[in-house]
Amino acid sequence: MGPLMELQLLLLFMIFAAVVAVEVEDLLSSVIAVGAVGLGLSLVFLILKAPDLAITQLVVEILCLIILIRATIKKDLPLLRDGRWLFNTTSTLVFIALFLIFAYFALKELPGFGQPIMRVAKEYINNGLGKTGATNIVASIILDFRGYDTLGEATILFTAVMGVLAVIRSVGRIKDEK
Amino acid sequence: MCLVLFCIGLYCVLRKRNIIKIIIGLGIIEYAVNLFFVLIGYRTHGRAPILAKDQQILNMVDPLPQALVLTSIVIGLAVTALIVAIAIRIYEKYGTFDITKINRLKG
Amino acid sequence: MKNNKTGMTLIVKTITRLTVGLILLYGIYIVLHGHISPGGGFAGGVIIALSFIHLMLAFGRETALKKLSQTAASVLESLGALMFLAIALLGFLGGCLFFNFFLHKGKPFDLFSAGIIPLCNIAISLEVGAGLFAIFAALILFKGLGKEE
Repeated sequence: MGPLMELQLLLLFMIFAAVVAVEVEDLLSSVIAVGAVGLGLSLVFLILKAPDLAITQLVVEILCLIILIRATIKKDLPLLRDGRWLFNTTSTLVFIALFLIFAYFALKELPGFGQPIMRVAKEYINNGLGKTGATNIVASIILDFRGYDTLGEATILFTAVMGVLAVIRSVGRIKDEK
Repeated sequence: MCLVLFCIGLYCVLRKRNIIKIIIGLGIIEYAVNLFFVLIGYRTHGRAPILAKDQQILNMVDPLPQALVLTSIVIGLAVTALIVAIAIRIYEKYGTFDITKINRLKG
Repeated sequence: MKNNKTGMTLIVKTITRLTVGLILLYGIYIVLHGHISPGGGFAGGVIIALSFIHLMLAFGRETALKKLSQTAASVLESLGALMFLAIALLGFLGGCLFFNFFLHKGKPFDLFSAGIIPLCNIAISLEVGAGLFAIFAALILFKGLGKEE
């Protein structure tokens, strides 16, 4: 779907790393393979001319890896028994095929690969420097033109931190009682 | 092409038994969706949406999906952190990660 | 393996001593220049949190907690969220024409141009950085780093 050769090559690498992450039995190797997928995604963002996203994706990927490795560092690997294998696999494949059919019908309506319809974004690009005085247009969009979305996102992060602290704290109390 | 990535993640979420594998599948789905959004807003031979000194506004890529995906990446991190904390808590209580054994709904 | 009681080997400790200050400085640079070059509040906040986490991973938990205790991290995070809310509400209450003009819009490539956008970046980076550090201080608390059973 893309005219750029590097894009296709990086996508193939990402797909390969994702297959490795899904199929390998060892948990640590799967987590490292997910790290490789994230790194490939950051490079793809650079090729698609989105530097903000590349920086953010890279650092968030590193943090995600640290959290995942913390979860798997001393948990043992259970045996993956396969019960009712045939029924599970066929139902999964039917579901994925159904999803692909609907996705094909939905994706036919999109414009072609290189020509986006930029009706709203034209206003932002043309008036961005005049109205806000910021030269980074993406930053002026998320902080000035669409600031409410950023407020919602700050709330989500705050709630997630509260949730993690609430879940982890009761671990400590049970361990202290023993 | 990113639909293939999405389908791999979906297969992993549906079929695997280990909770950590399910979390990895969710991460792959999130990467595929972000990639799809940024691919929509790409203009052929565009430039990055940052103005440089005394340069006219030509031909830029679409900055609006990039703003949305920036938010989405950070939210994905928050969701992953919360799910991993819950998974650690489940391991404390049940001693295993197999989801077919975790089926007791007691307090 | 030359371990002390906590933390990692000697090589990691030496390199950490050299680079932690640089990482913190780079994170502050990305936050402050959020309206000129790519980056912004979120990536910068995550980088600042990563510098403290690096300190914690290499030296064990007590040394990092001496730099930034847990209650201080909670206070900083709440302060960041409240600052963002306050800036948004100031625009709402002060009349819609004053929202962007009380910090004078300078020439486009200065550090202090673009109205309230740098303030928003700083508030967001405080909240994200302190919040992520609080998550890590809680996650590494009860299990060490997996070496003691």
